[in-house]
Amino acid sequence: MIHTIAFYIFAAMVIASGALVITARNPVHSVLWLILAFFNAAGLMVLVGAEFIAMLLVIVYVGAVAVLFLFVVMMLEIDFAEMRAGFVKYFPLGVLLALILVSEMILGIGAYSAGSMHLGTADGVGTPLMGESNIRSIGALLYGRYLFLFESAGLVLLVAMVGAIVLTHRERGTVRGHQNINKQVRRRPGDATVNTRPEVGKGIEL
Amino acid sequence: MTAFFESLGMNYEWAWFVATICGILLIALPLMLAVAMIIYVDRKIWAAMALRRGPNVVGPFGLLQSFADGLKVFLQETIIPSAANKGLFLIAPIITFTVALMAWAVMPFAEGAVLADINVGLLYILAISSLGVYGVVISGWASNSKYPFFSALRAAAQMISYEVSIGFILICVILWAGTNNLSDIVMAQKGAGLGIVNGFFFNILLFPMWVLFLISGMAETARAPFDLTEAESELVAGYQTEYSSMAFALFWLGEYANVLLMCALNTTLFFGGWLPPLDIGILYVVPGFIWWLLKTFFFFFVFSWVKATVPRFRYDQLMRLGWKIFLPMSLLFVVLVSGYLMLTRYG
Repeated sequence: MIHTIAFYIFAAMVIASGALVITARNPVHSVLWLILAFFNAAGLMVLVGAEFIAMLLVIVYVGAVAVLFLFVVMMLEIDFAEMRAGFVKYFPLGVLLALILVSEMILGIGAYSAGSMHLGTADGVGTPLMGESNIRSIGALLYGRYLFLFESAGLVLLVAMVGAIVLTHRERGTVRGHQNINKQVRRRPGDATVNTRPEVGKGIEL
Repeated sequence: MTAFFESLGMNYEWAWFVATICGILLIALPLMLAVAMIIYVDRKIWAAMALRRGPNVVGPFGLLQSFADGLKVFLQETIIPSAANKGLFLIAPIITFTVALMAWAVMPFAEGAVLADINVGLLYILAISSLGVYGVVISGWASNSKYPFFSALRAAAQMISYEVSIGFILICVILWAGTNNLSDIVMAQKGAGLGIVNGFFFNILLFPMWVLFLISGMAETARAPFDLTEAESELVAGYQTEYSSMAFALFWLGEYANVLLMCALNTTLFFGGWLPPLDIGILYVVPGFIWWLLKTFFFFFVFSWVKATVPRFRYDQLMRLGWKIFLPMSLLFVVLVSGYLMLTRYG
């Protein structure tokens, strides 16, 4: 019973916060609702026994991606009036995207319940064994059957990262404000200060 | 504990529910007491190192100082700045405090004494500690004031930077222990050093990781010398500037609960958790919880010691340390550890 209650709480929270993401007036609030949606989706993952995916969802999306999102949105000055003005222009495109998503969802669920996919059938026969740890089964699949796909996904991400760095890297003409950390660490009080007791009326030479 | 409540005539689900609630209270209430006392200890250690007396008026040796402070903030008025985003302003300290308590669910205090003995224990801790940044970021933004906002941006960058290297350090530990479950990690440390020392720190490949973890832990909890989020000389009081009364106290408690968690993680991951320091039969007479407490307290002393002696880092130094030194170092050690394990254990 607790399982059912938990499912309905998590599911209702996901849907409600998902709706609030697109209806919230303030973009910062939108991102915060998005984070709540991620968090509750992780809760749903735990309920179906995919605790590893749930933890990764929280670590990667909530812990890293959404923080950067929030970071950017907080620093941007967004003109709401301007954004609303574009609403009519982008409405047909939005409807098109929504239709594509809906049809994909129907196709996916249809294929899943027809049992034509090998992800596991609707009657629960092909699902992962209970008691077998998530991490173990995912690891065995990723580093066994899908090794090359996994490695190439890693390479694609690496290329994307290098690309982003190359695009944003600017060669500075003159080295201004450059700090030599080793030099700073090596510096001792004796190098910078002198302790003297000058005679009255006489200065000191530096 | 579930079995006990079942014997009282409840069905399994309700027994489990009540047992879990009791477990949560059994952890959270002593933890709050521990946080109150540890604040006192922190001030005492700090004072001793500065040749001062520290709190010594309220109660014997000033032991009740934290409770007096708690009573004081409880009786104060919660001031909400008129320009603040009211809802988020009040939610932020609650998030910080709740998240700080949540991570303790998977902490093994003694053999079998753990609320949630889950397979992904270490990942859970990583996930929860990555949530901690939201309290700070939201409070900084919702205050609608300059200094808290700067502090929030600093905190976000700092915590993300150090989480990356903490992640790699944890991977080294996971690889060596061969499990993600915290209790199993503790058991894997039994006799790990030369067959007699209980703890991974004695291992030549994991010792540098422990050093990195200790320092990253200080940076992750924004503890001195990395307390740039509340650097008073630059940012007034950082993200807490606009807070008063209980909202402020929640930040305060959450911060110290996080510091305690980092100390407990040092104990659990590298110093054998509830196991005695040496794998000798007679040392097992002392209950595991006592060993765990002693080790955790020792690490808290180290944290206080560092706070009292090391001056604050500059922000660029902090970022440089995280990205240019800790990240490559921990990545290198992931390769070294996995290479060594492939050679010896799995080869």
